[in-house]
Amino acid sequence: MSTTTLQTPPADQATRTDASPRPARGRGRRSLAGSLASHGILIVASLVALFPIAWLVFLSLGPGEDDYLHPGRIWHTMTFGNYSFVLQHTNFFEWMKSSLIVSLGTTVIGVMVAATTGYAVSRMRFPGYKKFMWVLLVTQMFPIAVLIVPMYQILSDLQLIDSYFGLILVYCSTAVPYSAWLLKGYFDTIPFEIDEAGRVDGLSPFGTFFRLILPLAKPGLAVAAFYNFITAFGEVAFASTFMLDDSKYTFAVGLQSFVSEHDAQRNLMAATAVLVAIPVSAFFYLVQKNLVTGLTAGGTKG
Amino acid sequence: MTVAIDRATGRRSGDRAPRPGRMQRLKHSYQKYWYAYAMIAPVVVVLGGLVLYPLVRGFYLTFTDANSLNSARTIGVNHIDATYKFIGLDNYKDILWGPTSYDRFWSHFIWTIAWTVICVALHYCVGLGLALLLNQKLRGRTFYRLILVLPWAVPTFVTVFGWRFMLADGGIIDSMLHAVHLPSPAWLEDTFWQRFAAIMVNTWCGVPFMMVSLLGGLQSIDATLYEAAEMDGANKWQQFRFVTLPGLRSVSSTVVLLGIIWTFNQFAVIFLLFGSTAPDAQILVTWAYYLGFGQQPRDFAQSAAYGMLLLAILIVFTSFYRRWLNRNDQQLAI
Repeated sequence: MSTTTLQTPPADQATRTDASPRPARGRGRRSLAGSLASHGILIVASLVALFPIAWLVFLSLGPGEDDYLHPGRIWHTMTFGNYSFVLQHTNFFEWMKSSLIVSLGTTVIGVMVAATTGYAVSRMRFPGYKKFMWVLLVTQMFPIAVLIVPMYQILSDLQLIDSYFGLILVYCSTAVPYSAWLLKGYFDTIPFEIDEAGRVDGLSPFGTFFRLILPLAKPGLAVAAFYNFITAFGEVAFASTFMLDDSKYTFAVGLQSFVSEHDAQRNLMAATAVLVAIPVSAFFYLVQKNLVTGLTAGGTKG
Repeated sequence: MTVAIDRATGRRSGDRAPRPGRMQRLKHSYQKYWYAYAMIAPVVVVLGGLVLYPLVRGFYLTFTDANSLNSARTIGVNHIDATYKFIGLDNYKDILWGPTSYDRFWSHFIWTIAWTVICVALHYCVGLGLALLLNQKLRGRTFYRLILVLPWAVPTFVTVFGWRFMLADGGIIDSMLHAVHLPSPAWLEDTFWQRFAAIMVNTWCGVPFMMVSLLGGLQSIDATLYEAAEMDGANKWQQFRFVTLPGLRSVSSTVVLLGIIWTFNQFAVIFLLFGSTAPDAQILVTWAYYLGFGQQPRDFAQSAAYGMLLLAILIVFTSFYRRWLNRNDQQLAI
């Protein structure tokens, strides 16, 4: 630390930092009490963040359906039986297949359709630009209640209820405009001079995009793809309504079916939940940092 | 930063000959912009087919008395045609000031507003507090950060079930409260506690996003500003008030808007926490879903009308928010 604080903090500083949950950013030397308080608050917050998930993992090890009411029992009877049961005797792999088909389908279609648009709105100003951006913004805030009824009727007309393709189409209605926004944000960060160089060397606008910009934008594409994947994977309302056959459920619907059926198999549900959560969270941690940048640093300048 | 791509060839508007005729202008603009339009065409087609068409159809439904009994449907091999009829604005009239409209719409409306305000305020304050703590030079900072992001990393439909186990009668939270001799409220039965539980769970789910975004904002604040403030004798609070908060302004306005939209539209938390068992804890979105799909007969028309009202509320709010930001010389970062 290179900065030496010329002015020693006033004496009441330490006590104030104790009480307040947000001691202002300290660059100089902080008091021991302040640093202890920070650690204390962070530890408590981490426990709060961790506990529900840890509890779910713990419950998934208990063999009985009502073990969540008697957690003490689990210590003596801990077993991986739930996991093997879920993997062998439930539709787990069917659900996984549905989830993956639907999420990956949405991801691919969403990014492919949105890529050129993101570039166009990042680099070109055309009549109708503002209106188009407004439309992209508004479609992102559609409450599901607006589209679910007409979508249901349209998909019934087309015989697409209870089909993967129908669900992918529904998800694309939000994934596409969102990807376009995210990608616009990313394309904005690529210097305009690259386009100019391409144009000077005789590339068409499409050539510039496909041969110069697209290869540079791979991280942005990855973030958009990942975001689409996560949203489609975790979507509840449409999947619960449009998928009727229990072998076509996505995980979001399948998990509910443990409880809403004749009896509540909560131990199996907890095991399934854990099995779903592990790969998704691992994946999330890998790309998390880029995701946040993509979400907030879009930047509509001009 | 954003310059038209053909700025090299573009003439300035002053050089132009007298305004050409309409056809010619169309032709000209086609020649000049055709590639831009070609590039946005895929999204326009998709939005037209997947958003605009359902929207128009849903809008038409709100003027009818469609429900699952009179809509077109296929039972086995028999196809039954739709028999619902046009009833004009009756749905909206009924929702907004029909008999018992308070119980059906306004009570949910008030609760939705309260829900949105409380949740976003909690998300923001807790998120900012944690971001400030994480922005210090602190041992184990990365570790804390990884754990604190966990509620965001695990899909909501998984964590909500975790909470349901915890909140159940005789679950771990009740046991804990019992251990410290506090009464255990009926989390999932009593209206107040249902709402309390919903806000608690949603806060837990939503804080990490705010925290991470605000942390990004904090890290982009120039450290020399703090040095200057210190030199001028600003105490910690003044530094926070006059350096940190203004530095966070653009990130804040964006994440708050996103937070408001997401919370207002939050479906999964309430739907999965209560199912259709808690009519009083339903916010407008889940209530509209309940009308359309959670009851028999399914009331499609009313559900769609709720959807339109929700969309109208959001659009009005967003335009005011943007205008307010513009007046304060800020741009939205989305």
